[in-house]
Amino acid sequence: MIADIPVTSVRSLDEAYAVLARRAAGLRVLAGGTDLMVQIQARVGLERIGHILDIWKVSELRHVTLDGGTLRVGALATYTDLLRSEAVRAALPALAQVAREVGAWAIQNRGTLGGNVCNASPAGDTLPILIAAGATFVVGGPRGERRIAAEEFFVAYRKTALAADELLLRAELPALAPGERLVYRKVGTRRAQSISRASLAVRARVEAGAFRGVRIAAGCVAPVPLRCRATEAALEGGGPGAAAFAAARAALDGEIRPIDDLRATAAYRRRVAGNVLEQLLAAF
Amino acid sequence: MRRAEDMPQGWVGSSPVRLDGLDKVLGRARYLDDLTFPGQLWGRTVRSTVAHARIVRLERDPAFDWSGLTFVTAADIPGENVVQLIESDQPCLARDVVRHCHEPLALIAGPDRERLEEALAHVLVEYEPLPAVFDPLASTQIFKHYAYEREAGRIDEAFVRAARVVEGRYRVGHQEQLYIEPNAVCAVPRPDGGLSLHGSMQCPFYVHRALQRLLGLDDDRLAVIQTVTGGGFGGKEDYPSMIAGHAALLARKSGRPVKIVYGRAEDIAATTKRHPAVVDHRTAVAADGTLLGGEIRIVLDGGAYCTLSPVVLSRGAIHAPGAYRWPCCRVDARAVATNTPPNGAFRGFGAPQTLFAIEMHIEKIARELGLDPVEVRRRNALREGDVTATGQRLRESVSALAALDAVAARAGPLERPPRGARKRRGRGFSLVWHGAGFTGSGEVKLKARAGVELTPNGCRVLAASTEIGQGTVTVFSQMVADALGVPLDAVEVAVPDTSRVPDSGPTVASRTCMVVGGTLAGAARALERRLSAFAAESFGGDPSRVACRGGVFREGARVLAPYSVVAGRHLAEHGPLRIVEQYSHPPGIVWDDDEFRGDAYPVYAWAATAVDVEVDLDSYETRILRAVTASDVGKAIHPVLCAGQIEGGTVQALGWALLEELRHRDGRVLNDRLQTYLIPTALDAPPIETILIENGYRHGPYGAKGVGELPMDGPAPAVAAAILDATGALVPELPITPDRLMAALGKDPA
Amino acid sequence: MSATLELSLTVNGETRTATVAPLARLLDVLREAFGLTGTKEGCGEGECGACSVILDGELVNACLVPASQAQGAVVTTVEGLAARDGTPSPLQQAFLECGGAQCGICTPGMLVAGQRFLDGGAPATDAAVREAIAGNLCRCTGYAKIVDSIQRAAATPSPPPGERAGVRGPGDR
Ligand SMILES: Cc1cc2nc3c(=O)[nH]c(=O)nc-3n(C[C@H](O)[C@H](O)[C@H](O)COP(=O)(O)OP(=O)(O)OC[C@H]3O[C@@H](n4cnc5c(N)ncnc54)[C@H](O)[C@@H]3O)c2cc1C
Ligand code: FES
Ligand code: FES
Repeated sequence: MIADIPVTSVRSLDEAYAVLARRAAGLRVLAGGTDLMVQIQARVGLERIGHILDIWKVSELRHVTLDGGTLRVGALATYTDLLRSEAVRAALPALAQVAREVGAWAIQNRGTLGGNVCNASPAGDTLPILIAAGATFVVGGPRGERRIAAEEFFVAYRKTALAADELLLRAELPALAPGERLVYRKVGTRRAQSISRASLAVRARVEAGAFRGVRIAAGCVAPVPLRCRATEAALEGGGPGAAAFAAARAALDGEIRPIDDLRATAAYRRRVAGNVLEQLLAAF
Repeated sequence: MRRAEDMPQGWVGSSPVRLDGLDKVLGRARYLDDLTFPGQLWGRTVRSTVAHARIVRLERDPAFDWSGLTFVTAADIPGENVVQLIESDQPCLARDVVRHCHEPLALIAGPDRERLEEALAHVLVEYEPLPAVFDPLASTQIFKHYAYEREAGRIDEAFVRAARVVEGRYRVGHQEQLYIEPNAVCAVPRPDGGLSLHGSMQCPFYVHRALQRLLGLDDDRLAVIQTVTGGGFGGKEDYPSMIAGHAALLARKSGRPVKIVYGRAEDIAATTKRHPAVVDHRTAVAADGTLLGGEIRIVLDGGAYCTLSPVVLSRGAIHAPGAYRWPCCRVDARAVATNTPPNGAFRGFGAPQTLFAIEMHIEKIARELGLDPVEVRRRNALREGDVTATGQRLRESVSALAALDAVAARAGPLERPPRGARKRRGRGFSLVWHGAGFTGSGEVKLKARAGVELTPNGCRVLAASTEIGQGTVTVFSQMVADALGVPLDAVEVAVPDTSRVPDSGPTVASRTCMVVGGTLAGAARALERRLSAFAAESFGGDPSRVACRGGVFREGARVLAPYSVVAGRHLAEHGPLRIVEQYSHPPGIVWDDDEFRGDAYPVYAWAATAVDVEVDLDSYETRILRAVTASDVGKAIHPVLCAGQIEGGTVQALGWALLEELRHRDGRVLNDRLQTYLIPTALDAPPIETILIENGYRHGPYGAKGVGELPMDGPAPAVAAAILDATGALVPELPITPDRLMAALGKDPA
Repeated sequence: MSATLELSLTVNGETRTATVAPLARLLDVLREAFGLTGTKEGCGEGECGACSVILDGELVNACLVPASQAQGAVVTTVEGLAARDGTPSPLQQAFLECGGAQCGICTPGMLVAGQRFLDGGAPATDAAVREAIAGNLCRCTGYAKIVDSIQRAAATPSPPPGERAGVRGPGDR
């Protein structure tokens, strides 16, 4: 029963690690609760939850800073923190844009970047941006810290590379260099409070008429948020133009694996991912 | 004759603050779930997980601790196991056979909600599957069939003479009412063996009769009391009879008050929806777009039980020809059974479905003939003196052209992006009519009663009509205050409680203002005459010249006495005074049920809508930029509330146009959450410009015809027409999801 | 064995305590433990906003906040919006005058979201107001009169937030 589930609320990482070290059976981390509370109320996987570690008030994990060329976003930074942050606006404005498109205001006040990442839904809206941006996730636990590239973090449908005694601590993102852009589009089910049907993020710069440093990631078109390496390769070094875009689109088509679900058909996702890719590339 | 409503009082037509407003903004209004009942238990419902099957086993898991829990099955029903509506085909709890997924099988009550939740999983049910039908076009079980014709002998000839024959099939899906307060009731057993049932509902007397039949209770031992209701839209018309029955059974067995409050998922999955429809048109048209004749076939998916399908069907069938003149036509309409949860009432009641079809068909006709669709509408629009497809001569208050012209004028020019842009803009129009009040002989059979009761300062309104947000309490008070000649705050409205108020019929069919309001105004006038006569007698004066105005009885300019003095003296001398009147249908309104001919409604409301959209050719998303509506409601008793009805109905219709559709797999509802069944948010809703036309109806109170359902009819076809204008794709099916639009566009439009 | 939490928080300016399950929803704590039934439940999953309250200065869905996270918090519900003598706030008054409430079930959440928006001090453009209430579903009004109400209140001088119980100072987005 939900009423039987004990909760340990911690205020520091040390306290959190102490709880993790005990490796209680069925331990689940709770941040803003906008995913987990919904799942608990719907009794999804409830029998697997034995104990809750509530990290919401661990202030060490709630920060957004720009340090040299690196934007550091603490796992507990909320969407509201992201869209209010000068550092985000300077280093990676797309992250502020996506924050504003997640849910609606009350969700943005409680939902965290870390929760979005660890919930690992293929429709998680920040994930394509984090992957395209080249983010590194810093995770930690009683056994120490390690770094994982964003695209390696999502190992299978809703499964992450986190060990049972680890927390996500922060994401580190290389800020945009002069001439570089990160563009993003979410195609959702309606204009607010909407889960994505398809989403795509492209990071690149155009130098001497050629695409350089291309990183592309897509959401809702595979069991995991997908880094689109074939599409990147199709573009890298070539110039913008209809032929290059068509080649990129074909490459994307070859590497995505969309499915039919309540929100959209696979055919729709395929077509729209291609359309959005072309639309985003046209912006360079 | 001196008519109270001719006297300047001024409540009618003004927009005072709604009378239930203060409680609502302060958070003090008590909805069902906000009330606590001493010793109250919670009730839950065990539901079928299959669409059609014989129940071979239904029992409690002996391994589970059932102590303190009350368990009810069909065997516990003291009266008849039916939900009283039109037919008696729907059981309150399934006994041997289930006919749809989510059908109630058994009930559990207990003090702790989480334990109940667990208990639900420990009711063991085994089924022996039976073949299930999900496609209404494949169904062979017909709940109701209507066929009617106008000038049938000329139809063949019309098709011969036609410059063109235009055919089309149009479809709409299930729509959920999605009131924000889910269904909720509490049944309280009484020491006398009777029962009080409190709940969120539109029609207390429906519930009353349903409980009588289920429990075998007489009138004296039963009271059904409406609590503040958080939206209905038809969804709390028939369904509360079911959930009330459940709570009552649990309360009777446990001897404790039992509250059932549906969670959102249960509410979406189990309660009634708008009927999906398939409508086929075949039309003979002249080269100038004049309709020469046509055939319309309608199939409504009723779901597993009949509920209100026959009346939804009749309204759908009568509205199917649209707001147009048909020299001859034939309409064939049937409501059929499928193994899906039953469909029922939803704002518009069959009309939005068939009006979508005719409006899209007009678009198609215009396209095929190369004509402007607005011109085609204008050419064929019904005018005063015209005869409708059921043979009704429209004698008054016909505003099709006025509405269309008003909207076209207000809409102005549409700015379009340059050619080749990835975002296209378009504008679509629609023109609709909506019959006011019950269909056909409904009002005559119902004999609605409503009245007023004298109070020391004014009067109390006695009616079973419910306030579900649309403003009943305020509008009734305005009409009665003007009729009685007293200030607005001198009128109170009794809580609809079947043990205290007369049966003024259900709160449906946009009939509350016109039918019940008119009856109340009549009762209030009668009260005013009675008191005027009494004032004349008591204070000296000529009774024919005494009247109450502004809370004071006067003879001409001479003050006789304040209302409170007259009322006080009348109460002291004669005791309580109640005047209850019965609605009388206007003279000359004749309907023949068997022939399906005649005056289908005493009068019609009319509306035209223009919608501007922007379609994104990359994502196939449609954004609604603006909606303009012109509505002839006869008289806006309260213009702010009236505009609120139109705006709210418009957005509900826009949701149906683009977003809203319940999806099933093997009869099981898939999108039973607000995350998956989407309604418009404030960012999806466009700015709405509302034009009110007041083309008064002679027999309506102060001219009113009703407004509740009208705004549900026009916006969806206007959206589809706007998408057609923007992209060239006519999507004949609602909702126009991006997937559907993508499929309809094929390749990108040039 | 039930897990329990001795919860203490400030609601509408008053200290309130209750013994509850740590995962009990703030919504249930308010409604059932404190009898503050103004806050409504429309979905229980963060979608409808009927349960909106202000928690430590920020708008949240009370159906998604576990009691453990409300420990020591300052909460404002719809019951805390009016002046202490019961006079409706300018926003409540605007809802009355503009027709912002119909069935009223979304109204408490709308008022709380609207109030938090006004407290932030951002200009009340049509777009800004709609964004602020995009997480609050209304099925009756089509939103037009709710937007009007919030805009009218924005144009009315409002008592400083300190006079209402529990609302922290403005924090613009
Ligand atoms: C109405 C509504 C609308 C929404 N709209 C969107 C949307 O538009 N786009 C979108 O992407 N999402 C959306 N979401 C989902 C959700 O808001 C986001 O995924 C959010 O970022 C989750 O963050 P949280 O802090 O609330 O996570 P929680 O619910 O607290 O946790 C989510 C998961 O992550 C784990 N977790 C959280 N933090 C950590 C950590 N630091 N280390 C290890 N594990 C951790 C938890 O154990 C849990 O499994 C919506 C949700 C709701 C209810
Ligand atoms: S009840 Fe909390 S958002 Fe709907
Ligand atoms: S007023 Fe009814 S839901 Fe908003």
